[in-house]
Amino acid sequence: MTHNGSGPGPGAKKDYVLRLYVTGQTPRSVTAIDNMRRICAEHLAEHYTLEVIDIYQHPEACEEQQIVAAPTLIKELPHPLRRIIGDLSNTEKVLVGLDLRSRSDPTEVKRD
Amino acid sequence: MNDAAHPQLSKAATGIDGLDAITEGGLPAGRPTLLCGAAGCGKTLFGVTFLVEGSLRFAEPGVLMTFEERPQDISDNVKSLGYNLSALIASKKLLIDHVKIERGENEESGEYDLEGLFVRLGHAIDKIGAKRVVLDTIENLFAGLSDSTILRSELRRLFTWLKEKNVTAIITGERGEGHLTRHGLEEYVSDCVILLDNRVQNQITTRLLRVVKYRGSTHGTNEYPFLIDHKGISVLPITSAGLRHQTSSEAVPTGIPGLDSMLGAGGYYKGSSILISGASGSGKTIFGSHFANATCERGERCLYFAFEESPGQIVRNVLSVGIDLQKHLDSGLLRFEAARPTLYGFEMHLARMNRDLDEFKPSTTIIDPISAFRGSESEVHSCLLRMVDILKTKGITAVMTRLTSEDEHIGGGDQGIPSLIDTWVSLGALEADGERNRGLYVLKSRGMNHSNQIREYQITKNGIQLLDVYRSVGGVLVGSARRHAQATQRKKREETGGKSLAGKSETNGKRKLASKAQASTKPQGRTR
Repeated sequence: MTHNGSGPGPGAKKDYVLRLYVTGQTPRSVTAIDNMRRICAEHLAEHYTLEVIDIYQHPEACEEQQIVAAPTLIKELPHPLRRIIGDLSNTEKVLVGLDLRSRSDPTEVKRD
Repeated sequence: MNDAAHPQLSKAATGIDGLDAITEGGLPAGRPTLLCGAAGCGKTLFGVTFLVEGSLRFAEPGVLMTFEERPQDISDNVKSLGYNLSALIASKKLLIDHVKIERGENEESGEYDLEGLFVRLGHAIDKIGAKRVVLDTIENLFAGLSDSTILRSELRRLFTWLKEKNVTAIITGERGEGHLTRHGLEEYVSDCVILLDNRVQNQITTRLLRVVKYRGSTHGTNEYPFLIDHKGISVLPITSAGLRHQTSSEAVPTGIPGLDSMLGAGGYYKGSSILISGASGSGKTIFGSHFANATCERGERCLYFAFEESPGQIVRNVLSVGIDLQKHLDSGLLRFEAARPTLYGFEMHLARMNRDLDEFKPSTTIIDPISAFRGSESEVHSCLLRMVDILKTKGITAVMTRLTSEDEHIGGGDQGIPSLIDTWVSLGALEADGERNRGLYVLKSRGMNHSNQIREYQITKNGIQLLDVYRSVGGVLVGSARRHAQATQRKKREETGGKSLAGKSETNGKRKLASKAQASTKPQGRTR
């Protein structure tokens, strides 16, 4: 379940490495995966790697990655590391969490 | 819950002896227990002890999920107690998972649950086959996650899940205003709730433990003092019905032949409590040391609680009167436990002494002096009562010394010590003829005949020596008056061939007890 960007496109300075930890095929997991794919497609073009990990299959990942809540999205790169928990239905908050939008001014796009 | 299905609630011993006594066996097995208390109460240490003792003594591996302290810090903190956590972790008897929850680190978008925590804990439990779990302090989740409605329902689910997992769990919680815990965890964990408290009175802190509730089991309901020191946690169980102890008619020598002969049984009764009271300089410590020495000479163990002098000082001082305690220290039969009375509250001293007695298992003990403990009379009295209770339950013969003030009359002024003492030897000054001489008498000795004479004693280089009794019309002759009588007697014996005029035995004749007042009003009592 890995989506790989096809290299840096015009204007893209950084590639995003994202991991989404979900709990099997629960409705909440499905919603989160759908939401994340949509956000990535809309805001990150091809410049990202998204890995979806089922913690039921990989329970050891919880301790390694300090997972408490599910679903949890971890933005590994670019630094700093960020966590977003929930089914990612609030796109604004996800964008803030990904540093694509500043907290103070939600319309400003930081990536450029 | 189907308590009815279990005729006897199965329990998991904590390994903290006093606590297991109060809870009549330990925490409810396979259920969560809430342990709450303010910061610094020892919650984490309780949890760690529960896990370590569980894996070492009861072959029950444990998982510690810490939401606060780093595993390394916990490991370092308990190292001084002799707990080697890294070895336990290496041998898969213990697993520590540090859940880091940073405030504001998580962006929240949409709905979530705590399944990550469940998976994590479940994985840890399965990895080592854990039977015990400690969550310390799960309330920290409230700081990291903003949706308390989700948290509450998830915590409720977690505690049910823990029961299904059949692990014995301790969940710690910070004390909250008006509630047992800040976030009302007691609402969810209701099988067993234990409350820890730190109380400061007169600048002295006392740690107290109380079992608030224990579903399906009887338990001690009082507040029990407990102690945390280099030997870990000790809880002092206070037996309310402490009159079940065995009584013995066996006599234990006092270490002073003259005193033995004053007691009908030839010594103190085994397992009884003895009080030696006297003013400063009356030789209380020497009386105690004689007893300690005699115990060790018989090859038995003696534990000496020193509250005013350091062990080195006692050993040196009593050596000057011919009692060599050092050799008993070297052979391991004698042990000193010294502490300043102000170090902890009386309750804590009691807990510490209880622990030391259980560990060393002495046949006799010296508490020197009990008067070092200050406090309200009722408090000291109740503590003394419990101390005597503990000693009797363990069958330990105890000699306690008590300082009385200078002007207290011999045998008087001891209202503070009630009827809980079995044998009471009172030391006092006998003032007569411008002299001050030392005198003792047995104020009481339960269950045996005892002399009611006042006996003069001397502290010599061979220890305490009780002197023969010389009586005159005015009372017992002491000091120079006695020496005069002795000389006269000797002279007479030389002259007449030795008919004793003064007897040692208390059975002959009508006795007159000398007192300061009596003696001093008879300055001419030196003649026979």
